[in-house]
Amino acid sequence: MRIVFKTDYMQDIRPWKDTYQLMLYMILLAVVIAAPMLIDDFYLGELTNVLIWALAGMGLMVLTGHTGQASLGHAAFLAFGCYANIIMMEQGVPFMVAFPLAGLLTGLVGVIIAIPALRLHGIYLAIATLAMSILTDDIIVLTETWTGGVSGKYAPPVNVFGFDIDRWGTPKEFYYLVLGVVVIVTLGYINLMRAPLGRSFIAVRDSEVSAQAMGVDIARTKAMSFGLSCAVTGLAGALMGLFAGAFNNETFSVIISIELLMMIVIGGLGSIHGAFLGAIVIGFLPQFLSISKEWVGALFGGSSVAIPGLEFGVFGFILILFILFEPMGIYGRWLKIRTFIELFPFYRKDMFKRQKSYLKTERLR
Amino acid sequence: MSFLEVKDTTLKFGGVTAVDNLSFSVEEGEVFAIVGPNGAGKSTVFNLISRFYDPIAGSIVFDGHDLLKSKASEVATFGVARTFQNIELFDQATVLENLLVGRHRHRGTNFVSELFFTPSVKKQELQSRHFVEEIIDFLDLQAYREKRIAGLPYGVRKVVEVARALATDPKLLLLDEPASGLSVEETTDMRWWIDDIRRQMGITVLMVEHDMGLVSGVSDRVLAMADGAKLALGTPQEVQSDPAVIEAYLGHVA
Amino acid sequence: MDILQLLISGLANGCVYGLIALGFVLIYKATEAVNFAQGDFMMLGAFVTIGLTNAGYMGIPFWLAVPISISIMALMGYLLDRFVIRLMFGQSQTAVVILTIALGFVIRFVAGMIWGHEPQSLENPLAGKELRLGELVLGMEDVAVIVVTILLTWGLYEFFNRTKMGLAMQGASQNQLAAYYMGVPVKRVQGFIWALAGAVACIAGILFAAKGAVDPSTGLMGIKAFAAAVIGGFGSLPGALAGGLIVGVIEPFASRYIAAGYSQVAPYALLLAVLIFRPHGLFSQVRVKKV
Repeated sequence: MRIVFKTDYMQDIRPWKDTYQLMLYMILLAVVIAAPMLIDDFYLGELTNVLIWALAGMGLMVLTGHTGQASLGHAAFLAFGCYANIIMMEQGVPFMVAFPLAGLLTGLVGVIIAIPALRLHGIYLAIATLAMSILTDDIIVLTETWTGGVSGKYAPPVNVFGFDIDRWGTPKEFYYLVLGVVVIVTLGYINLMRAPLGRSFIAVRDSEVSAQAMGVDIARTKAMSFGLSCAVTGLAGALMGLFAGAFNNETFSVIISIELLMMIVIGGLGSIHGAFLGAIVIGFLPQFLSISKEWVGALFGGSSVAIPGLEFGVFGFILILFILFEPMGIYGRWLKIRTFIELFPFYRKDMFKRQKSYLKTERLR
Repeated sequence: MSFLEVKDTTLKFGGVTAVDNLSFSVEEGEVFAIVGPNGAGKSTVFNLISRFYDPIAGSIVFDGHDLLKSKASEVATFGVARTFQNIELFDQATVLENLLVGRHRHRGTNFVSELFFTPSVKKQELQSRHFVEEIIDFLDLQAYREKRIAGLPYGVRKVVEVARALATDPKLLLLDEPASGLSVEETTDMRWWIDDIRRQMGITVLMVEHDMGLVSGVSDRVLAMADGAKLALGTPQEVQSDPAVIEAYLGHVA
Repeated sequence: MDILQLLISGLANGCVYGLIALGFVLIYKATEAVNFAQGDFMMLGAFVTIGLTNAGYMGIPFWLAVPISISIMALMGYLLDRFVIRLMFGQSQTAVVILTIALGFVIRFVAGMIWGHEPQSLENPLAGKELRLGELVLGMEDVAVIVVTILLTWGLYEFFNRTKMGLAMQGASQNQLAAYYMGVPVKRVQGFIWALAGAVACIAGILFAAKGAVDPSTGLMGIKAFAAAVIGGFGSLPGALAGGLIVGVIEPFASRYIAAGYSQVAPYALLLAVLIFRPHGLFSQVRVKKV
């Protein structure tokens, strides 16, 4: 049984509760820094992919998990970040400038989109963003002069502090590039969530009327959330483009948008941890499925043919189970397990019990 | 000029006149209560002051600020805080976080400094926390500090509503039925708190309440409303003995 | 004449969108949940009917297979409500949306496993028959689609606005607790409405597969139908049909008069335009929350 005694307000203000927790995060950081020495290039590539998805997940988490605005269209911002980055690099802008600029531009696009989106609530916002994501495909084809349309574009190697980095040639360096971006964004995210702006996001999510009565400007807060969310997603998109090496109008399809939203739901809405946990599921699921398929094939002597749609089928099934039995996602489940261990043997089953509530109409806003 | 001045204000929903040419003023330092039967337009008056509704005529001026020219979120920054009849807390956040949102109007930092959590942000967070802790002590909420609202009993939520409004450090506090749904003991507590809010904190209180015991116990002046219009205005005793008020509550006595 | 021909085929397409949109609106009206898997239900209904009646599968006579498959889909809808949706009681609308999107993934996967990924048509007695009105040549399937859709929408509209059950359903959606106190059997109402939505989806699927070909990814058409439902203003049955028809007609005309690529773009561009100018659809039902 572990109890944290609080003796100082700083314990609530700093990101970790006590030395023990800080140590755990330090160990985690040490492991991910040492990862290229521990695993081979294939799995390092997979890990890089997971980190990029986690970055995109954090982007969506700000908007959906913390501000409560469900977006089914974030692949559009991935695409924008990706194309903006590559197009600027093709114009001779160095990567070190093009990359943050791509994030910034995507953020600006997000703020502009937020203006009409402010009037939309719940499913109306979801369907509007979904439509936007579907249109992205066509817009990329229509603006072929810049985007290369259906034939797509190739990502050139990038130069960071004098090192040439390329996903296939130098996977270790590419991993560190991604890791660096993820760590910086995560720290910024943590800081925001313990400051007034982060709290105003949560206020808007939980009750717009009372947020307003507390002096929170709803329109500005939502626009801010959109902007931040899209900027981070844009960065993730730029990295995704570099990681994929080649991309075209179909790379950032509406399915990616949906997958991204599902990912953060599985991970746990409303927590930064959730973005990472969800990314781990989505990143390693294909690996896991192909391994288990081989295993099943070996056991029953069946052939290991590819089953189309299997990944999405299993993914959908996992998501259904989560929404039904653990709406707080993997992170929510982890909190319960942790509390169980910390309080052993005093944990009560109803400690995290959800209140049963009747459906309130959402036609009233 | 009074502290809060509502003048000739009218609001219509479709064909229904919710507030009918209503005028009243609240003086600094008093406890002012609005009473009336259900549907008299009491909460609507609050929602007009909070700028959730736009009146079709009239003016509302608070402490020199023309509220009708301000956005809803600006009303709080002038120093008007409110509670809600049907509790509108941030359900997925803790009591502490709810109260800290109340400090939002005192935010002196910007996005960039918060992103880096500069020393000035840290200082501001500590100050907010100190202020909020005083409110927690004042309303005896220590036991619930780190509990999520979603798991709290009704009576506690009602107190958290008041606490959150106080956390904004207001000049004028609007309490929308602070005692509805509370037990006798909780109502007594609420009565002392309202008294203390006025005496110790020097906050002007405007409240809507049905419980006449509470109203006559704490308020200096009472406004009785029916059908959106003013019935009577005066001390609790005057209003309670006013024939028009008795008729509105009990029906016409033959 | 050319325009008229284009209009009729657009209307027939629009009717299928309208029927799927009707399913969305039915469930939304009565339970305030949004079933994003409605398109996949339609696809599943089509495949169930194909599995029953096509010569390559069971070969049951068409007019016998239709009621069987409608019943099967109604049962599916009911079971979905009973064992999945009911567990979500009290969770947010968005959670239900995400759940049903996931359900759509699962349905597409299962349908692909059973019936494969090749497009298939429904063998039906109207296939290839034509109706000639002067110079106008109409496929009998198109005519059937339009007639069935109009009848079904009219029937459902009357049901919701005239019968006690229909009114009970509207009540249940606006305030579950209050409806419960008033003696409305909220759970039974919900089960019934999901079954009804399943049946409507099946009819849409039959009509769709009779005049074209269906494959598992056809389920994604649900997104377009959802756009149609929103254009029509969520919560209004005739509105859903109107939205479906608008989308159905705008598609061929956009590709004919603007450029080929635009038939995909047009419905969503229209949706965005509608949402920007009328955030709750053309026939809005949203009011401001009272505090």
